[in-house]
Amino acid sequence: MGRWLRRVLVAGYLTLLVIWPAWYVVKGAFAGGLGAFFDVLSMPEVTSALWLSAEVTVIAVAINVVFGVGISLLLVRFSFPGKRVISALVDLPLSVSPVVVGLALMLVYSPAYGWFGKPLDGVGIDIVFALPGMVLATCFVTLPLVVREVVPVLEELGEDQEQAARSLGASTWQTFGRITLPGIRWALVYGLVLSLARGLGEFGAIKVVSSRIAGQSMTATVLVEARTQFSPHEAYAVSFLLALAGIVCLIVVALLRSASRPILEEKK
Amino acid sequence: MLWFSLLVLIPLAALVVKATGGGLGTFVDVLKGSETRDALWLTVKTSLVVTIVNVVVGTLIAWELVRDRPVAGVGDWVWGKVRVVVDLVIDVPFALPTIVAGLVLLGLYGPHSPIGLHWAPTTQRAILAAIAFVTLPFVVRSVQPVLEELDTDVEDAAASLGANRLTVLRRIVLPALVPAIFAGASMSFARGLSEYGSLVLLSSNSPHRTETVSVRLFSFIEQSDTRSASALATILLIVALLAIVVLDVVQRRVAARG
Repeated sequence: MGRWLRRVLVAGYLTLLVIWPAWYVVKGAFAGGLGAFFDVLSMPEVTSALWLSAEVTVIAVAINVVFGVGISLLLVRFSFPGKRVISALVDLPLSVSPVVVGLALMLVYSPAYGWFGKPLDGVGIDIVFALPGMVLATCFVTLPLVVREVVPVLEELGEDQEQAARSLGASTWQTFGRITLPGIRWALVYGLVLSLARGLGEFGAIKVVSSRIAGQSMTATVLVEARTQFSPHEAYAVSFLLALAGIVCLIVVALLRSASRPILEEKK
Repeated sequence: MLWFSLLVLIPLAALVVKATGGGLGTFVDVLKGSETRDALWLTVKTSLVVTIVNVVVGTLIAWELVRDRPVAGVGDWVWGKVRVVVDLVIDVPFALPTIVAGLVLLGLYGPHSPIGLHWAPTTQRAILAAIAFVTLPFVVRSVQPVLEELDTDVEDAAASLGANRLTVLRRIVLPALVPAIFAGASMSFARGLSEYGSLVLLSSNSPHRTETVSVRLFSFIEQSDTRSASALATILLIVALLAIVVLDVVQRRVAARG
């Protein structure tokens, strides 16, 4: 009896908190039928927002993969003073408010009062209120996702193979490409997919650093907020797409995970 | 390293410099503002409540996922399917953009609520629900792997020596789970404090009642009051760092013990 009580409790709590709200997005998106849904998606402001979100996320994730691996290598393979501080700071974006992230970026890159923003503005380079600012913000919040997946794998792999390769005359790049990269391949893919999901959904930091002009510099998440009050069906349609993208990323990771370690699963 | 500096170190440094530029006075001034104080209090209070809920429910969910394996019979067959869905659903709050969560909660608890829950969208209960939604995965996902590793032998031994189920739970299982629960709780508390996306729709335009810290911070930025914004942001930053340090210490302890 107690067992069923627990089962019903768990299922009930999750239904109320997650499943039902998720269903509500679907209902809201298709309230006007499929036609209305596609009408919304073909509105120029909506398509431009979706493209902008995709563009920002893809650039940010690409940058992140490169630098995430770099930082992971730095954290695992080298020891230097302040390493623990760096390691703590890498985790920071997971627990700090995205609005704080946005503000910090503004203080450095804003054309009006930023440390670097003013001189850069002088030579005509916009960071904040333009694409680079949004990319920076997305990079900041997704940075830990790659590093956290890669670091434990690097630690587990150890250095033996890399040293062996080097002693056989492989250059640094050859060692990396032939030994290290294949070893961290899966971790890197998880980190990448998680970053994609997180990046597409980023809202707080992007809202601070973008100028939020519909059709030009408004990402999909910001568009959702802007449309909620006056044209909720648009907000729901875009939300549905964003939620779908996020959940697809999630399922991809779950599938990859169970595919890449079948032995563990069988043991259960 | 240069990239990391440009992206993380220098902006954070700028934030702290800006905030401390006016001396301690800036912090005092910010905290003196009654709106900010109310926002801080509301956020801390709500995050604490949610964290406690998460600790209880999260541990229960993790337990059900790991230990309650379906055996036989129709009921258990259904439970087996439910369990798979539960496992997937736990991560949905991670994948769902926070603004989407906010939109949905506004719809569900708002004026046109389909369940007749006429919590005005701007009540503190709606904020509670939003934070509970976004922090759901933390405790579950940190307890689950530990519970999976935990050997049932010790529990069986305790039971065979005459301990009843409650004693086994209290003396054997819980002590092993405490670090993981604590780690999940601190993540969930930090995340609750910093939540913005899902709350902005729920709490806008009613200071003193339903404004949370992040929303308050955003309005400082909108008003170009960078000094107050930086001071408040620094406070949030310190809390976030504290959460990470606590996590790190707990993990080291556990590693040292094992």
